[in-house]
Amino acid sequence: MTGDDSKHLPLEDIHTAAGARFGAFAGWSMPLTYPAGVMKEHLHTREHAGLFDISHMKLFEVSGPQAVALLNRACPLDAGALEISQSKLSFFLNEAGGILDDLIVTRLGDTRFMVVANAGNAVADEKHLRELATNFDVKVEPLDRVFLAIQGPEAWAVLSRAGIETGSLLFMHGVEPRKDWFMSRSGYTGEDGFEIGLPEADARDLVAKLLGDERVLWIGLAARDSLRLEAGLCLHGQDITPETDPAAAALMWAIPRDIRASGAFIGADALRAAVERGPAQKRVGLKPEGRQPVRAGAALFDADGNPAGHVTSGGFGPSSGHPVAIGYVATALAKPGTRVFAEVRGTKIPVDISSLPFTPHRYRKG
Amino acid sequence: MATTYFTSDHEWLRVDGGIATVGITDYAQEQLGDLVFVELPETGKKLTKGDTAVVVESVKAASDVYAPVDGEITEANGTLSSDPSLVNSAATGAGWLWKMKLADESQLAGLMDEAAYKAHIA
Repeated sequence: MTGDDSKHLPLEDIHTAAGARFGAFAGWSMPLTYPAGVMKEHLHTREHAGLFDISHMKLFEVSGPQAVALLNRACPLDAGALEISQSKLSFFLNEAGGILDDLIVTRLGDTRFMVVANAGNAVADEKHLRELATNFDVKVEPLDRVFLAIQGPEAWAVLSRAGIETGSLLFMHGVEPRKDWFMSRSGYTGEDGFEIGLPEADARDLVAKLLGDERVLWIGLAARDSLRLEAGLCLHGQDITPETDPAAAALMWAIPRDIRASGAFIGADALRAAVERGPAQKRVGLKPEGRQPVRAGAALFDADGNPAGHVTSGGFGPSSGHPVAIGYVATALAKPGTRVFAEVRGTKIPVDISSLPFTPHRYRKG
Repeated sequence: MATTYFTSDHEWLRVDGGIATVGITDYAQEQLGDLVFVELPETGKKLTKGDTAVVVESVKAASDVYAPVDGEITEANGTLSSDPSLVNSAATGAGWLWKMKLADESQLAGLMDEAAYKAHIA
């Protein structure tokens, strides 16, 4: 049940009519599952096309002569090096190098960018960006959009039938195909797919068209979580937090090499020091032995019973066919194949460090 | 002749000759979603009403199933180790969780019959 102060999705009536079961997430009343159930929804997305309402996430347009300069200050990013339509995963860091949020930044034009932020951090992100923006000649504009994700191997085909051609768009690129639309080839499932921000009236029209296609099924937040977990993707607030830096989170690949060395982003000094020291713990994949899931918060121990880390996300991977988890372990134990033990209700369950993702990514890169 | 009782925690008990077969209701399995693991109790374990008897795990979360009355476990449904989804597909039949020998049959008087349970979830 969700409290009265929860925010409601603009398309809530459509979800209700589809039989969604709602729950609270990041201050929003969100569809958790539909009648098909999390298992079928998950597998359907990997085999066909899943439709997700992710309007709880926030789109910001950053524009103006100093848009590049603002983003280079706010994020460990070389915004000026992005080609038009290119997207990049980046972060807002605090002065200690901790991750305030993870974001996707897309260059829309010479001086115009789209920033997609997580729901739970959207308010803080906007405040953060606006405060920074006072030092630059830029405009930060939160957009009022419905935000949909269409994910799965048939995502491009169902969009095509709905009249939206995606042919030349590659993974981690975004365009504005219609007025007030933003469409990127990206997502959070590990599959090929798209995220489309668009006005509500257009969204209602598109949803009706997509649901008329038997290859499309509504997918709730529960399956979104199991899909991203199998894909090894981080959930901010669990797998990455203001207390974890990109080095410990094994996300340094998102930061260009020259920016690591000389970027003037917030948190740069602390992050350089952390890299120099080497992280005490590292984010890893965890594969529990047997069928019992190991969940967020479970403590990890080495073979001698010494504390070794903790689980930050865990559950069952419907496509993997076994439990999957993400967590942090002491760097010395972070090598795939290393065995640790998770304590679940007083029992120690053997868990092997696993490389991520658990299910191979199937992005369309070219 | 077996009598079926229900609890406000969405369990059912089918009592026959001092032995109760216990499971969760169809309403409960729907709320939990697809189950992927059931942690079963050991035979001989003595339970007091309110103790955690079984843990059922869905894709997303783990939930406790409590002993609805005092008693001793006489059997756990081992089939669920290999097929936990039986709890979803046959909650009140093949998806039963455990059997227990009742310590105090008078505790059954505090439970609901089917009509009262249906009113409870309505």
